[in-house]
Amino acid sequence: MSTVTLRDIHKTYIDNEIIKGVDLDIHDREFVVFVGPSGCGKSTLLRMIAGLEDITSGDLLVDGERMNDVPPDQRGLAMVFQTYALYPHMTVAENMAFSLRLAGVSKERRLERARDVARILQLEPLLDRKPGKLSGGQRQRVAIGRALVRNPKVFLFDEPLSNLDASLRVQMRIELSGLHESLQSTMIYVTHDQIEAMTLADKIVVLQGGVVEQVGSPLELYHHPRNLFVAGFIGSPKMNFLSVQTTGVQDSGTTVRLPGDATITIPVQPRTLMAGDRATLGIRPEHLRIDATNPTLMGEVLVVERLGGETYLYVKVAGGETFIVQTDGNSRAKVRDRVPVTIEGSVCHLFDGEGQAIPKAERHPLSLTRHPEVPLHTEATLEQTYEQPTHLHEVPRQAE
Amino acid sequence: MTSSVATRPQQPPPARARSHRSIPARLLVAPSVILLVLWMVVPLAMAIWFAFQRYNLLIPDNREFVGFANFAYILTDPTLWISIGITMILVVSVLAITIGLGTVLAVLFNQEFPGRGVARVLAISPFFVMPTVSALIWKNMLMHPVNGLFAQITRGLGLGAIDWFADFPLLAIIIIVAWQWLPFSLLILLTAIQSLDTDQMEAARMDGASAMQLFRFVVLPHLNRAIAVVAMIETIFFLTIFAEIFVTTGGGPGLATTNLAYYIYLKALLEFDVGGASAGGLIAVVLANIVAIFLMRSVARNLDT
Repeated sequence: MSTVTLRDIHKTYIDNEIIKGVDLDIHDREFVVFVGPSGCGKSTLLRMIAGLEDITSGDLLVDGERMNDVPPDQRGLAMVFQTYALYPHMTVAENMAFSLRLAGVSKERRLERARDVARILQLEPLLDRKPGKLSGGQRQRVAIGRALVRNPKVFLFDEPLSNLDASLRVQMRIELSGLHESLQSTMIYVTHDQIEAMTLADKIVVLQGGVVEQVGSPLELYHHPRNLFVAGFIGSPKMNFLSVQTTGVQDSGTTVRLPGDATITIPVQPRTLMAGDRATLGIRPEHLRIDATNPTLMGEVLVVERLGGETYLYVKVAGGETFIVQTDGNSRAKVRDRVPVTIEGSVCHLFDGEGQAIPKAERHPLSLTRHPEVPLHTEATLEQTYEQPTHLHEVPRQAE
Repeated sequence: MTSSVATRPQQPPPARARSHRSIPARLLVAPSVILLVLWMVVPLAMAIWFAFQRYNLLIPDNREFVGFANFAYILTDPTLWISIGITMILVVSVLAITIGLGTVLAVLFNQEFPGRGVARVLAISPFFVMPTVSALIWKNMLMHPVNGLFAQITRGLGLGAIDWFADFPLLAIIIIVAWQWLPFSLLILLTAIQSLDTDQMEAARMDGASAMQLFRFVVLPHLNRAIAVVAMIETIFFLTIFAEIFVTTGGGPGLATTNLAYYIYLKALLEFDVGGASAGGLIAVVLANIVAIFLMRSVARNLDT
């Protein structure tokens, strides 16, 4: 068992509060990804867990033990750095076994352990090389190996793939995923790349300005973002937002009027919004359709981006807003064409005047469970995933 | 298009054209080459020439070729061997002090503390004092048995005064030279420490390294190269220490502080034996080269990895 629990964690540099009270439960064998824009505090939070930064206030628990004042090496964690931070004067084997050397383990045992880990990571032929003679991907693997050797309770990754080129990044991502599968250990991973977050995570923690905006499975964040920030941050291209007016609130859904006088009904719960309120409609580019049969809006194409498989149209609609529409790769749309855009209420998101999402009437079936491939450990975890969206900064505590 | 370029047979440019092109290039580098030749080769050639001559300034007309007689005389002169020994003691001990203390100071000056900027400037300033002046300061203001600060302090404590240049002449010289050169190694090692990746330090901390282990396994290996460079540059200068000895002890008492440079000076300008001094100079050149080869090897090995 290795769990990490954060309770009201704060970090203040002189007068500048970087982390403004974070509560988080990381369960055993969970792959948790901290994601957010630069400067959101995600790396600081990771470094506080690692023990490289002091915790100003709050509690950090690993396996239920308070770790605030325990030195980094005794917390049972291992970290992989963005720059790999390999020791340039040591061979791969020495790099990986350095922690054992410091711990006073005999040379044969050290080498044996390094060889074992090298076998897992396919580093065996490189054991006697120095880091300077390795490629980026190999260095990254050595850095992971150095963490593996320590047999940690929790792995910490600080943007480990951001120094690799695109194709290698995809490959390493798959390897990391496989590693998590085979090791079954708890991992905390920091990234600004939402594709890494979506593909690797069991649970994503979206941070902004030192505050947790939302915690949930990747599809939960995608289908049920809690506020405008999360909605805009998760998904690529970004979600389109449109300022609308509420015209009617029923149990089955809320009806809003778009700038072009069209109305659509979004199946959300009747909560804070009243008829006549201003609201924000959110719709992802992949949910918009170019369809002449029953168009909701007409718009003018400003830019066409063709990726081959799909085409992104930047469409200026009535009211002056620009929508990104993801459409077929074979779309014949040209710049300055007038195109009909169809919005379906069932896939739209609605946010109130404060930017908080109005909960959907029905939850998306895939967002009910965690990552489909990862089996659920207990009923309690399932409960939690249900519960989470209704509390903003409070995550239910797990029974120890 | 690329493939057609790649498969085209590579024809070497005609030899004549190449030599034509390189003539102006040679002309352009000529001034610096000539200057170097004048600067280095001419004095060396003259030293070699004089080394094979009997040439005493007191009887300048009595000049003749004497073969290896100067070398034979010098090499059998016990003073030479004493001076070589003293040169070695001087070089090694000052190197040890400047690099050892320089590394420690570099680590300290890399820490955050109030007034660090001022402290750094002060620590580096001895390097700007010229050798004769610093030797005079140490001789008259610090180590003087009557007026010196050290004597005042020890006498104030009732311990009596030490006459540094009479009792510990070589140690006194070592202290003066080390004081002058400590800033140099400090400066270079400090910049080297600042180029150390903080992630590496943090990784080592996560691996469980204590402060001493961090220094031993991460900082010191990182400084290896800088230390080798400092050692090489300092050795070149320490082999020829002169002003400090000239100003303070004059090579004495006896031969206690006569190093090779001072020995050559004694030969040439006190005994007026130009031939012998030149032979001594050549021995110094050979010695410096032997040391340099070893140092270059170690530095080159360090630069490799």
